[in-house]
Amino acid sequence: MADDLELRFERTVRSESRIEPRDWMPDGYRKTLIRQIAQHAHSEIIGMQPEGNWISRAPSLRRKAILLAKVQDEAGHGLYLYSATETLGADREDLTVKLIEGRQKYSSIFNYPTLTFADVGVIGWLVDGAAICNQVPLCRTSYGPYARAMIRICKEESFHQRQGYELLMTMMSGTQQQRDMVQDSVNRWWWPALMMFGPPDAESTNTEQSMAWRIKRDTNDELRQKFVNMSMPQAEKLGVTFPDPELKWNEERGEYDFGQPDWDEFWQVVKGGGVCNEQRIAHRRKAHEDGAWVRDAAAAHAQKHARKEGAA
Amino acid sequence: MSTSWPLWEVFVRGKRGLNHVHVGSLHAPDAEMALRNARDVYTRRNEGVSIWVVPATEITASSPDEKDPFFAPAGDKVYRHPTFYAIPEDVPHL
Repeated sequence: MADDLELRFERTVRSESRIEPRDWMPDGYRKTLIRQIAQHAHSEIIGMQPEGNWISRAPSLRRKAILLAKVQDEAGHGLYLYSATETLGADREDLTVKLIEGRQKYSSIFNYPTLTFADVGVIGWLVDGAAICNQVPLCRTSYGPYARAMIRICKEESFHQRQGYELLMTMMSGTQQQRDMVQDSVNRWWWPALMMFGPPDAESTNTEQSMAWRIKRDTNDELRQKFVNMSMPQAEKLGVTFPDPELKWNEERGEYDFGQPDWDEFWQVVKGGGVCNEQRIAHRRKAHEDGAWVRDAAAAHAQKHARKEGAA
Repeated sequence: MSTSWPLWEVFVRGKRGLNHVHVGSLHAPDAEMALRNARDVYTRRNEGVSIWVVPATEITASSPDEKDPFFAPAGDKVYRHPTFYAIPEDVPHL
């Protein structure tokens, strides 16, 4: 019987059909998905902070409205994804607690500080650009609710990336000081953006099984290469350089050669040693705790009305 | 600490003339808040002209385990499809 179910599961995955919430699935598949989707959801929620940092200081009403819409989108993306984890039997409250207790991770990129307004543009261009590279293949991931959430997210990320690039083009046509600010920001974000694809394939423990289950569609190194290829012409057009002396076109491969990020730094930040790790979690915890009375009041209000309706 | 808000399934009508389609779920204390939250979460870019929210616990679904026998009655009734019937090519409008 169990073999039968497993066979049907594997056939569904292999035939590029989708696994849906009430289908039988291996425990490992369910656990891997919950871990990956929750980590992705947490990243969206924590990801509101670095840019939220600049909402009150945006240089114009136009930029402020755009930034607000973008940060609101990140919240929405987090909610789509939490909703997908719940179809697997995860509990929302439990995931929030795991995040603020540091028992589940989020993307390390958000542990870097946003020092200037140019960072808002560079995050849109490079960080959201890297996210898009990671996420577009996930629109074809084998778990239906995750794939559907990713389709919505990818549509909206396109706005994020374009607003970032446009912001940078505006700054690059400004003063020398503004151009320097953009270059400085690119220098700080380039390597962390490359790290977003995860460790090199040889060291990535989850890749093989996730590829077999078609949760993951491309390896970390494949996606990283694709991102570099895409970003180079954009940088040239913008008039900035990436801080990598090894970065150059390889005629033979038809792709760019590039250097490796500092993986020791990567692991250090993953393990909590980044500039902003503590601040990000403390902020999320405070928002959760400060919001408790609102959640309780709304629940009490709903209960009171349900009682009234029951009595009438 | 309080228990968490109940889960609601959200259905959106993309435009007039189309069915409501399931888009996802959310938590809210009551139906009215579920509608407002659904608007903010699922229709930030004019994706809908109408929203339904339904308590997730109120949905009854067919089970995937009984998939084959449950949908079997439709399987062997090819005569329900127009292509089952052979009509000469020269008969118009049919």
